[in-house]
Amino acid sequence: MAKGDPGASTRGRRAAPRSRKAASGDPELVQLLTPSGERIDSVTGPDGVEYRVDFTDEEYRGLYRDLVLVRKLDAEATALQRQGELGLWASLLGQEAAQVGSGRALRAQDMAFPTYREHGVLYCRGIDPIMPLGLFRGVDQGGWDPNEFKFNMYTIVIGAQTLHATGYAMGVAMDGKTGGEDGEAVIAYFGDGATSQGDVNEAFVWASVFNAPLVFFCQNNQYAISEPLERQTRVPLYRRAAGFGFPGVRVDGNDVLATYAVARHALDNARNGQGPSLIEAYTYRMGAHTTSDDPTRYRIASEVEAWQAKDPIARMKAFLEREKIADSDFFAEVDEQARREAIDLRERVLAMPNPEPVTMFDHVYPNGSPLLDEQRTQFNRYFDSFEGSAH
Amino acid sequence: MSRIKEFNLPDLGEGLTEGEILAWLVKVGDTIELNQPIVEVETAKAAVEIPAKWAGQVQAIFHPEGTTVEVGTPIIAIDTDPGAGPIESSAEELPTPSAASLAAVDIAPAEGAVEPGLIGGPAPGGRTAVLVGYGPRTTAAKRRPRKGAAQATAPATPAAPAPVVTAPVVAAPVPVQAAPTVNGNGHHGGPVLAKPPVRKLAKDLGVDLRTLTGSGPLGSITREDVQQAVAASSAEPLTVGAAATSAASFGADREQRIPVKGVRKLTAENMSRSAFTAPHVTEFLTIDMTRAMKALDRLRGRREWRDVRVSPLLLVAKAVLLAVKRHPMVNSTWAGDEIVVKEYVNLGIAAATERGLIVPNIKDAGRLTLRELADAMTDLVQTAKAGKTSPAAMSGGTLTITNVGVFGVDTGTPILPPGESAILAFGAVREQPWVHKGKVKPRMVTTLALSFDHRIIDGELGSKFLRDIGDFLTDPEAALLAWT
Repeated sequence: MAKGDPGASTRGRRAAPRSRKAASGDPELVQLLTPSGERIDSVTGPDGVEYRVDFTDEEYRGLYRDLVLVRKLDAEATALQRQGELGLWASLLGQEAAQVGSGRALRAQDMAFPTYREHGVLYCRGIDPIMPLGLFRGVDQGGWDPNEFKFNMYTIVIGAQTLHATGYAMGVAMDGKTGGEDGEAVIAYFGDGATSQGDVNEAFVWASVFNAPLVFFCQNNQYAISEPLERQTRVPLYRRAAGFGFPGVRVDGNDVLATYAVARHALDNARNGQGPSLIEAYTYRMGAHTTSDDPTRYRIASEVEAWQAKDPIARMKAFLEREKIADSDFFAEVDEQARREAIDLRERVLAMPNPEPVTMFDHVYPNGSPLLDEQRTQFNRYFDSFEGSAH
Repeated sequence: MSRIKEFNLPDLGEGLTEGEILAWLVKVGDTIELNQPIVEVETAKAAVEIPAKWAGQVQAIFHPEGTTVEVGTPIIAIDTDPGAGPIESSAEELPTPSAASLAAVDIAPAEGAVEPGLIGGPAPGGRTAVLVGYGPRTTAAKRRPRKGAAQATAPATPAAPAPVVTAPVVAAPVPVQAAPTVNGNGHHGGPVLAKPPVRKLAKDLGVDLRTLTGSGPLGSITREDVQQAVAASSAEPLTVGAAATSAASFGADREQRIPVKGVRKLTAENMSRSAFTAPHVTEFLTIDMTRAMKALDRLRGRREWRDVRVSPLLLVAKAVLLAVKRHPMVNSTWAGDEIVVKEYVNLGIAAATERGLIVPNIKDAGRLTLRELADAMTDLVQTAKAGKTSPAAMSGGTLTITNVGVFGVDTGTPILPPGESAILAFGAVREQPWVHKGKVKPRMVTTLALSFDHRIIDGELGSKFLRDIGDFLTDPEAALLAWT
């Protein structure tokens, strides 16, 4: 496993002295970095796999930078919504490690199918963070090329993308692109609420029986808008995989290292033709479901405070400081970079041109359609009936 | 670009049209940073903090806390370059909501430019159709005027005939918002413009919006219009409904339609609610009150009671209060999964007034002496007759007496006021044949009727309570000696 990967490996290494079995902690949670920033060298998950990562100092710092930038840009987008510049925003606050860990575990050839909250994965895929803001500002439909960045369009419909991902992954297998280190893997993101959707369960069945090279990556952020996890399931979500016939594992979603290790292992299994698997990244949505939501109406402050202590960035920073991998200059430099990128993002959002209403007829068919052309004509006529219309 | 920037309240949640300013987190003169929280706003969906859109100095705050502000309205002005010296006094720089920004929130005429059911168009229930969420609390979408729309927004034509059904009783002409059209029902087709909170207020106060002339934009009816209508009708003793009753004016079909509103509406709601939630039991007791009536006479003869209004009802009140002390359970409320028993008695006295039936209550009546009770009852009745009973005096009652005897009837089966568990009807006290000391004699006889909530009060308790009231009214002196 993981050969040719300088950054990390997930098995086959001799356990370091500080290694421990997962049983000594939460028996069901793969964790390599404790909330206080203590590093665990390796851990054997409930799936029997020994998980470990071995990053260089530069890579550790890079992960920290990703986490901070992703959080800052997300906060800026939330502020822009409050200031009337975006119609809506779905904040990822609290879920940075789950997204950066899995996002960085993807290889260039891997394909990702996001929900509408995967701003961190989008960032890791190298897409300009301005892209989803056009969508939420209502000036475009999301402007990146999914094939170029191997990152599909945001999907608003809950769980629908798991079926798209399953079909895509089945296609990858049919094209014979699996079965080696350079094989392709697919990852489908969804939340705990989506696990109650028929689409997701159908995707589980199809991916399983067709041995699709697919990783189901569930960010269990504890709430489906206002509905708590205990209203979704009576068993830990990762255990559902067993019923569909593929492995499932739960990872500390606020631990970027463990998330990376678990995701990399599952993706490599998929690309090697070992079929699908389910990762439950156990995390917490620190903010609102979207800017239209008020979480104080359905959850108590003490719960939020308890998760505050498990913050993904704080533990990474504590680790970097303790191991002297980074100093205060580095942290200040990252904060300054985040501030600059946030301001840049803000200015570019404010400068986004409003599209002409008639452009909604563009890009529906590559070569147009008579029906649509007629509608466009009607719309132009209607639009001309207003005073001051340029048409 | 102007140095002073006004921040307009944004739509904070997918199609909302207004928000309430909960708290200002900054004040005029404060220096603020970009994205610093400046104000807490509550919408129909969430209470949120809004971060500052610009760094600078707070120049003006346009709306105090507690006000509801329409989306698009300026709420704060920020000087984005406070270090650049004093502001030149050009009209543009004045920290008042600019005309342009106010004009932006003008509501386009509801002339049907958008078809019903379309997004942005009128939806059932007077709401504007939106993609998701609860929908905004307004009836008109904001949009640009149509070319040649001037005719459609033509001046409101006054003095159109009033709706047929209310014509005989409505004095004021019905306002017309647009060119009158008449639909199949004989009503004006043009909808009455009013925001939902105003509609709710009017409904609560029993005001028919169709009878009002709106003073708001496009003739819409405002909160003030409704409140003025209420003030006008209460200043005038004859309300629309009362006038209709006394005048008994019938239409061509020899039927009269009286709008259900005000006290009548409230009474109807309360009685229906109570009658269909609390299982009522009514028990009757006929008693000889001769002795008690004589005691009242003796009481009236005392010097210190000379100026006090002493009625048989006073004795009944006293009897009820004493009996409650012996059976506290009757003074209680059914609260779903528990019964709330009260130590205090807020004694309701049902009063017939020109406005209809009202039930003011005497707070903590159990603690009053007989003299204080008498004064309180006199005061209560006079206030009620003057139509000045406050809402506070009518809420919180725990047990009620209804004096149907004043209408010359023997008794009735009263319905409990909501939240109370017992109500006593006091019938007329009349000279009737009665077996007294073995002989049939003319005596002052009355009938008591007690209705109680059978969920709380069993027949035994209700009977004992009624029996005690009867005992007191039969022989007050002995009951007082025995119980107190």
